[in-house]
Amino acid sequence: MIEVGTILEEKTFYVDRVMLKAYADASGDQNPIHQNEEYALSVGLPNVIAHGMLTMALVGKFVTDWAGGSAAVKEFSGRFVKPVIVPVDQKVDLTVSGVVSEVDGEQIKIELSASSAGVTVLGMSKAVVVK
Amino acid sequence: MLNPDSVGRTFEGAESVTVSQSEIDAFCAVLSVDNTTVAPPTFSIRITLEQSQEILSNPEIGLDWSRVVHGDQRFEIKRPIVAGDTFKCFSAIESYKVTAGNEIVTVRSDLHSAGQLVVSTWSTLVVRT
Repeated sequence: MIEVGTILEEKTFYVDRVMLKAYADASGDQNPIHQNEEYALSVGLPNVIAHGMLTMALVGKFVTDWAGGSAAVKEFSGRFVKPVIVPVDQKVDLTVSGVVSEVDGEQIKIELSASSAGVTVLGMSKAVVVK
Repeated sequence: MLNPDSVGRTFEGAESVTVSQSEIDAFCAVLSVDNTTVAPPTFSIRITLEQSQEILSNPEIGLDWSRVVHGDQRFEIKRPIVAGDTFKCFSAIESYKVTAGNEIVTVRSDLHSAGQLVVSTWSTLVVRT
């Protein structure tokens, strides 16, 4: 039974430089701040950072795994609060949680949150799915 | 600075973009999504990012993409994207304001296939000055 307050089981994804390269190629976003440490530092970032849209894509995966597939999602939004920092040769966590906030017939609204190294990286995130 | 006259106007991408199964497969592979019959919900960024950059780099609009930080993102998905969809992209600057010296721009991009709206996206961009 899905009702307001139903919790989606928390899940942790792991992000590394290999994934950033694969996402850059798959999305077409080749901005060097996501691949080149020297460049990232030169523009004032602490290190290479993940694409905000990769974070959102992984949160989307969390939602579609729960909802039964990619076709379930009708609306999806989020705010990039802080970057996911990805040092070389490390796998950093992206921990995603969610709770059902509204049920309207077939439509289920979920409030989502994602953090990395204990810091919230995606906020104000919501999805509407048909399960 | 952005040309204020461009706010609220919709600009159409010059070219159509056709989605291939291999593009959907590559996007799914990054996320370990096994079922690739439809695209994941954020796949449309592959099309709208490039298209909206091309459209809004038009000198009469004046958006400087080199200083853009992605603030937030929203999708409304009428139906999932599948291989073979051929999209025309329509982009508009829905809102524009300057706060603390930064420009904050909301770009809406709509993808139409065979005359039907498939996905609408909203990206809030912060242009650092």
